[in-house]
Amino acid sequence: MSDIELLKVIEKYLNGEMSIDERIRFDMLRRDNADVDSKLKEHQQFSDCLKQYGERLQFEHILNEIHQEIDVEALKEELVSHPSWIVQLWRDHHSKISLAASIAIFAVLGTLFFTGYLKSQSQESTVLDLRKRVESYKQSTDKFRRSTDALLKDMNSGTRGTNNGKYSGTGFAISSDGYIVTNAHVVNDADSVYIQNAEGDAYRVKTIYSDPIYDVAILKITDPAFKSLKALPYAFKKAKSDIGEDVFTIGYPKNDAVYDKGYLSSTTGFNGDTIRYQVSIPVNPGNSGGPVLDNKGNIIGIISGKQTQTDGAAFAIKSSYLIKAIKAIPADSLKGKLNLNTNKSSIAGLTRTQQINKLQNYVFMVKVYNN
Amino acid sequence: MSKHIKSSAPADNEAILGILNNSEDMLKHIYIAYFPMVLQLVLSNNGSEHDAKDIYQEAIIVLYSKVRSGDFELSSKLKTYIYSICRRLWLKRLNQMSRFGGSIHDFQEYMPLENDLVNHEEKDIQFDKMEGALNLLGEPCKTIIQDFYIYNRSMQDICDKFSYTNADNAKTQKYKCLQRLKKLFFQQK
Repeated sequence: MSDIELLKVIEKYLNGEMSIDERIRFDMLRRDNADVDSKLKEHQQFSDCLKQYGERLQFEHILNEIHQEIDVEALKEELVSHPSWIVQLWRDHHSKISLAASIAIFAVLGTLFFTGYLKSQSQESTVLDLRKRVESYKQSTDKFRRSTDALLKDMNSGTRGTNNGKYSGTGFAISSDGYIVTNAHVVNDADSVYIQNAEGDAYRVKTIYSDPIYDVAILKITDPAFKSLKALPYAFKKAKSDIGEDVFTIGYPKNDAVYDKGYLSSTTGFNGDTIRYQVSIPVNPGNSGGPVLDNKGNIIGIISGKQTQTDGAAFAIKSSYLIKAIKAIPADSLKGKLNLNTNKSSIAGLTRTQQINKLQNYVFMVKVYNN
Repeated sequence: MSKHIKSSAPADNEAILGILNNSEDMLKHIYIAYFPMVLQLVLSNNGSEHDAKDIYQEAIIVLYSKVRSGDFELSSKLKTYIYSICRRLWLKRLNQMSRFGGSIHDFQEYMPLENDLVNHEEKDIQFDKMEGALNLLGEPCKTIIQDFYIYNRSMQDICDKFSYTNADNAKTQKYKCLQRLKKLFFQQK
């Protein structure tokens, strides 16, 4: 029996077109011949599959016909009007947008970083030390030599000074026997330091102590031409001063003493620095190391710097830290004992003009030379 | 954000009855009632209206074969069932296109459907193979097979259509065709 004939018979059997007799015979054949049986099953499955496939095609055809009747465009219009296109755009592309945004942020930050913008930003508001760089340093060689000669001469004669130091600041006497206080940053890296009083007399001084943390330096006049000062007119205030107190200072932002007044504006300095007060006094380079006094003539602090980019914010080291720094001086650096007048100033009741008159002789210009 | 879609959906039990009775009216009724929901789902999740049509028709086929197989128990609303199938099918399609962003924007509640689609997928593979085999078969075999097995035409009609001298010749031709079709079908991977 060929395959085709077998197929014919199987189909006949499956379709129920056989007589009872034929059926019984075929059933026996199936039992005896497993090959025929499996062929029959296979055919049955296959034709079922074919039939279902046909049904599926018809069903899809019907679905498509129904679909034709739906106005998809109108529906779409109705549904798509929201979410808005921008939300849609975000949904479709949010990963790309996020990536682009992060690249952009990175690029901006990177550029800012490499151009130093961030760095200069963060440094914009800082404390500026107020020692003055002396302009005459930039004089021509010829002039420079001449002035150096003059300086040497003056040094030999001992009294009359010149102003060709590299830096200058202010300092004031803390005892009558020649101890001067100024800022440590004024006398940093100094080869030699001179002070000059209001009359223009200059004396050579030696730095005997420098405290970079409190920014305090103690100088001692070593010049033989120096004669002892009279008793100090001012006292050093141990206690803390309060906000709002009127204060004034005398300093050397130029070659002659300059008076400035203001008030104590904060009990802490830059960024909460507790060593310093914030005072509202117009100060300039050269004021560094100048005394800050209250109305009664008590020293409450030492001008040490000002905040850049902020008007009227100068900082003064509190007198209590000055006293601390003085006490920290090793005993063998001192000749004898250094006693600060912390009792009462002798200029308490005077007018401001009289006070300044008295003070002037005790406030010096500090001139610093180095190579 | 979901917009309420107004449509007169058939009652669920009527719909099931209609499917079992093979009512074409009910099919139409169901189809029109739930298509907007699926269109909204697909359009809102990176798809086009053609995708929506494909997905929706596939879902209707799944529903029909499920109902007709007899083991369909409506544990939720018919609407939720259709939505869940479509959601599942669309997620799969998105993954295949690698356009799936990790989250899908939903408009309806849905339920997990794991088993309902397995049968459907197996059948789909078979039908794809059958389609491929039929296409490879060529004429006149393809038409003879389709006419006889799919459209249930009588051998005499086929004989007349293809001008065979007698029905027996046509029959022999049909069996030859069928054998070739089987061969092609089982050869396909």
